[in-house]
Amino acid sequence: MTQPDPTDLSQEGLDALVAAAEQAFAAAGTLAELKAARLAHVDVKSPLAGANRAIGSLPGPERAAAGARIGAAKAAAASALAARTEVLEAERDARILVEEAVDVTVPVGRRPLGARHPLELISERVADVFVAMGWEVAEGPEVEAEWLNFDALNIGPDHPARQMQDTFFVEPPDSHLVLRTHTSPVQARTMLHREPPIYVVCPGKTFRTDDLDATHTPVFHQVEALAVDKGITMAHLKGTLDAFVRALFGPDMRTRLRPSYFPFTEPSAEIDCSCFACNGRAALGECRVCGGSGWIELGGSGMVNRKVLTACGIDPDVYTGFAFGLGIERTLMLRHGVGTMYDMIDGDVRFSSQFGLEL
Amino acid sequence: MRAPLTWLAEYVDLAPGATGLDVAASLVAVGLEEEDLHGGDITGPLVVGRVLSCVDEPQKNGKTIRWCTVDVGPHGQMATEGKHQEIVCGAHNFEVGDLVVVVLPGAVLPGGFAIAARTTYGHVSNGMICAEDELGIGEDHTGIIVLQRYLGAEVAAALTPGDDAIALLGLGEEVLEVNVTPDRGYCFSLRGIAREYWHATGSPVDAYRDPGLRATPPPTDGGFPVRLDDATPIASVPGCDRYVARMVRGIDPNAPSPRWMQRRLTQMGMRPISLAVDVTNYVMLALGQPLHAFDADSLRGPIVVRRARPGERLTTLDDVDRPLDPEDLLITDAGELPLAIAGVMGGATSEVTATTTTVLIEAAHFDPVTIARSSRRHKLITEASKRFERGVDPLVTAAAADLAVELLVTYGGGVADAGVTDAGIDGDFEPAPRASYELALDEPGRIVGVSYPRDQVVRTLTDLGCTVEGHEGDADVVTVTPPSWRPDLVDGPDYAEEVARIAGYDTIPSVLPTPTGAGTGLTHGQRVRRLLADTLAARGYVEVLTYPFTGLSSADDLGLATDDERRHALRLANPLSDEAPFMRTSVLATLVDALRRNVSRGQRDLALMELGLVTLPGEGVRRAPLPSVASRPGDAEVAGLLSAVPPQPRHVALLATGSVAPRGWWGEGRPVAWSDLVESALAAGRALGLDLEVGPVDLAPWHPGRCARLTLADGTTVGYAGELHPAVLQRLGLPARCCAAELDVDVLTTASAGSPQATPFSTHPAALSDIALVVDASVPAAAVEAAIREGAGPQLEVVSLFDVYVGDQVGPGRKSLAYRLTFRAPDRTLTTEEVNGFRDAAVARAAELVGAVQR
Repeated sequence: MTQPDPTDLSQEGLDALVAAAEQAFAAAGTLAELKAARLAHVDVKSPLAGANRAIGSLPGPERAAAGARIGAAKAAAASALAARTEVLEAERDARILVEEAVDVTVPVGRRPLGARHPLELISERVADVFVAMGWEVAEGPEVEAEWLNFDALNIGPDHPARQMQDTFFVEPPDSHLVLRTHTSPVQARTMLHREPPIYVVCPGKTFRTDDLDATHTPVFHQVEALAVDKGITMAHLKGTLDAFVRALFGPDMRTRLRPSYFPFTEPSAEIDCSCFACNGRAALGECRVCGGSGWIELGGSGMVNRKVLTACGIDPDVYTGFAFGLGIERTLMLRHGVGTMYDMIDGDVRFSSQFGLEL
Repeated sequence: MRAPLTWLAEYVDLAPGATGLDVAASLVAVGLEEEDLHGGDITGPLVVGRVLSCVDEPQKNGKTIRWCTVDVGPHGQMATEGKHQEIVCGAHNFEVGDLVVVVLPGAVLPGGFAIAARTTYGHVSNGMICAEDELGIGEDHTGIIVLQRYLGAEVAAALTPGDDAIALLGLGEEVLEVNVTPDRGYCFSLRGIAREYWHATGSPVDAYRDPGLRATPPPTDGGFPVRLDDATPIASVPGCDRYVARMVRGIDPNAPSPRWMQRRLTQMGMRPISLAVDVTNYVMLALGQPLHAFDADSLRGPIVVRRARPGERLTTLDDVDRPLDPEDLLITDAGELPLAIAGVMGGATSEVTATTTTVLIEAAHFDPVTIARSSRRHKLITEASKRFERGVDPLVTAAAADLAVELLVTYGGGVADAGVTDAGIDGDFEPAPRASYELALDEPGRIVGVSYPRDQVVRTLTDLGCTVEGHEGDADVVTVTPPSWRPDLVDGPDYAEEVARIAGYDTIPSVLPTPTGAGTGLTHGQRVRRLLADTLAARGYVEVLTYPFTGLSSADDLGLATDDERRHALRLANPLSDEAPFMRTSVLATLVDALRRNVSRGQRDLALMELGLVTLPGEGVRRAPLPSVASRPGDAEVAGLLSAVPPQPRHVALLATGSVAPRGWWGEGRPVAWSDLVESALAAGRALGLDLEVGPVDLAPWHPGRCARLTLADGTTVGYAGELHPAVLQRLGLPARCCAAELDVDVLTTASAGSPQATPFSTHPAALSDIALVVDASVPAAAVEAAIREGAGPQLEVVSLFDVYVGDQVGPGRKSLAYRLTFRAPDRTLTTEEVNGFRDAAVARAAELVGAVQR
């Protein structure tokens, strides 16, 4: 191809330069080739640049027209360059993304997440349900004064629970200290130190001298609820239980009360919860959770015994209260299908790790 | 407590066609929870058979079986093949001509044991000749049932082969077993359960026939002499306030108890023994009144009921020679020889034997507390003690004795003495008046949350046996006196429970209470615990829970110094295991158990955490008071209670082994190091907005040169982190190089309790300056950093240690620490001259304080 004459400032001459540039840009297959084409056709040493410089040698009256023609020619060439640059850059970017692709399925566990113990998570969830109802969470020590664990709760010195077969006693026995057998002493502590209204829930670790087997453990967890206020009735107990099981097990759940006996409550009731697995629809013997009865035993409850209120400094003629308690282990077993107590107490990391940080 | 339906039906009308499940459902509604349902699980054909022939056939295994033909009437092979039943039998206690019980193919025995014809010992055996245990009516498997012996010749004579044996033996009868709560002692009797069933079903008044209502002869002068002589009652309650004694003479010692009685005792889970013993048990089960039968010929009299004397002993019926406690109430002969621990167990000397012909029946009323204490003291929980400690009806005593007398006369051929003893505290027994309660008729409703109509309250209490006075007209308050069998009914809530349970707990509405005043949410401490656990879990620690018990060697294994406070552990009087009698003084002490278990299950890379209480009693355990419960203890007494409880701070422990980052396609794993634990501890502080300070410390169970003490700015110790001592790891059987931390969560909680205030920060550019300081190898980096900060002044924003060098260039025993310092002023851009000035001041202060030389 013959080099166009850089001093040919005629329209035809300029058109030829622009055409040559456009052809070169189009022919460039890579950004490097485009750069060479740019150097050849639009940069300082290119014919177009030469044409621009040649304007000065024209007679005055022709300069303006020639300047306009050359400006248009340069703009046309620059536009072609820009268009081609955009195309080639897009091609390059797309290629880089393809080249950078990795196998995202390779294992990436460089810093494994830990886990919370599900018993703790369930306790927290139970507490949250009550906190949402405007209750407070109360706690107390695990080594407890015998009086707070028993006497204050109308469990007199001759009650069977006071004997060695159920309770861990601290040495020497006349220290009158025990490992709390329930979280009820927290209720006693609360009542001793506060005026009603009292709405507290007490989750915590408790101890009984049971042998460890698939459904019993000497160290276990309970949650107890206590409401003391003016005009509290068993209907409020039932209402709170219903709200609680709905929050924990699902909106269709309901509870049933059965007459029972506990020294710290009168009247007393066992709590059953409708079976969340079959909701009472399974035939007898056919539900793995409730055995087909439609009900699951959850715990004990009742109206706080007048003697308990009295011992804790609350006037039973002014205030009434209800209390209930249930086992966290049992709740976990029911709600999450944990088959054996051993899993909960062995400390095997595989047990905790199968759950997230929330239950 | 069991209740055979047929026996129950004797005292109360059962709903027509009611099954065991139906009765259970009725009883659970009034508070008697079903425990089990026995019997009724047998389906025939089970028939009477007469043995026609039997041939003994010795077998290779040493046994001799009997190949029998049995006449079973028109059933079995007679119906299908026209011949008598052919059966192989292993027992030999029968003869040709005996009447036996035969189960035929197609029947199902208790336990789902289906019977089919099967080939055994070379014959096809078409069924089985039954023993007691196979039918679920006894434990005897020594031989098959021979009906002439089992039912008596008279009954057997009326039987014909082919008769249905299910009805004959009462095998279709269901026996319900219910759980009796401690307040319902009267339900340890058929009388009580029948009454409850009557209440539950709301049947008419005449549907219940109280077996305790029985015309009894009044006390006379000629009865066996009895003296109640309790010199030291417990809590002013006499140990015995009623003692009925009745004498029956001329009993045939060989007369067995009647079959129906034996059957009922068996259904109740008791073993028939002899007429006298069976009668006392039967009456106890029927009426709830434990009885004792003495061999009257062995007594001198009078019977004296008194407390034991120091040093006295008694050999009880279970052949145990027991030292007696002065609190034990005794039945004695003439005040001297102990005959029985009252209400618990009799003694061997006055026991009814196979030759006894004269029986003295004791029916007494004992104090529940006295009996409960003796029962526990001697670890003797008997049918009698179970009932007495829950309270026995003090007015059923004479009826029970009278029923026993009648049964002994009827079935033993005896003659009852005309003399009747019914001793009370002072002469003849007089019923003590029961305290009544002034019940506001709306009180049950106010407690339960249901407005029970007045009439319903009065009627319910009357049905329950209470005397209700003053309910005429529109009285608001009535006087209620409970029946003698209900010691548990005292005040308003007791009566509220009665009204509620008879009306049905299912009528109680569901009303959500609205706590007055808004809740305050979780406390700061509760939020801190969740946050710490979540933060550490997010950093890779897996939360576990361990039993807080430690063993005798724990402190030594951990290498605690002799004066270490953690050696003062609370000891349990009755630990789960004598090997682990202490409450932990650190969480780490028990967390090591979980690590060891995981390692033994094949895990190599582990990071465990546990949050929990530790018990720090210090030296000596305080004694907690036992104040009265009649009213709230005074503030001083409450303070005494609380301060006797040893401090139990909450700790969090971390324990890690193996790799923190596992080996993978990215490269090698990184083994856990002391620094990971320090980092976790600092992160725990940082999560609460606290910058913990780190200093070196030598403290067991950590490596003496690889343990950091973490403190608050004021110097308060938060905890420790680092690598564990190699000797400790070896003693505990843990992998090498385990690292651990233990922090006091309570200290962190208190320290983070305030409301942190924002600090303004500069938007001017930062200036950087690097320095390298050479110090003695023993100088802690934290000390160098502190000196730098002090010298550089307030414009120093960040100090970052980016290199530690030890080697030839700095000489032996020295190290070089390279820091990048970031300076920034709040109000302007710092000049190079200013920055250099700050840097030089930092170097100078480091030289002064820690002997640093700039490199």
